[in-house]
Amino acid sequence: MRRDVFQAIADPTRRGIIALLALQAMTPNALAEHFHTTRQAVSKHLRILTECELVKQEHQGREIYYQLEIEKMKEIDKWLEQYRKIWETRFTQLDDVLATIKKQKDEK
Amino acid sequence: MQMDFIVDKQTKTVSITKEFEYNLSLVWAAFTKPELLDQWWAPKPWTSRTKVMDFKVGGRRFYAMVSPEGNERWAVQKYTSITPKTNFKFFNAFADKDENPELPGSDWDLNFSEQDGTTRVSISIYNESLERLERMIELGFVEGAKAQLKNLEELLAKLLQ
Repeated sequence: MRRDVFQAIADPTRRGIIALLALQAMTPNALAEHFHTTRQAVSKHLRILTECELVKQEHQGREIYYQLEIEKMKEIDKWLEQYRKIWETRFTQLDDVLATIKKQKDEK
Repeated sequence: MQMDFIVDKQTKTVSITKEFEYNLSLVWAAFTKPELLDQWWAPKPWTSRTKVMDFKVGGRRFYAMVSPEGNERWAVQKYTSITPKTNFKFFNAFADKDENPELPGSDWDLNFSEQDGTTRVSISIYNESLERLERMIELGFVEGAKAQLKNLEELLAKLLQ
């Protein structure tokens, strides 16, 4: 089942799990200790995050560790570049709107 | 005209400055009238749909960014300060379709000034949680890296609301 990434980050517990896993890989039990919830609830959140491909499992002996599927910090710059481009697009559109309303005013 | 775009992680602020070759009244109107905002706020092919907008201190703009497929990403902007044709501030939070905000949000501060018929707009966006900003950025990249361009656009749209 394909899930929406927004679903993954819409829940505060899942955001907390992501924040913890950003620091280190953890087992479901270790994660559960950080939340006022059951291990079963944490497992459910982990399943959703796994389906979103935001975390992956790694077996170490009998334990299952979850780790974040996130690239290194330098990649943030790539994202910021896209954010910047979106603002450029937005402002180009604003320029067009301003040109249109100015023309309408001038014609009156 | 050139746009300045600066991310300051220390102050958890994104600053965007741009000049427009139009007078202040026109630019101010484009930022404060819903029928004009909806014409440019969403980067194409997204569209902006303002459901409620009451531009006064304590008032709000409740609107959606709508994808070409019709998916809606709602947000609410609550006006905290307005100095006509000079400055306005709002608190932005993503929301569900029933206007329940998803916290934390971000504080926006927009400044307007005119010189020789050119209007300068300076926007600063403060995220109370830089972790939130970075996490969203990281998530955005994960999606992008997987060539899920459509999802990335959705995420960007959600971020820039």
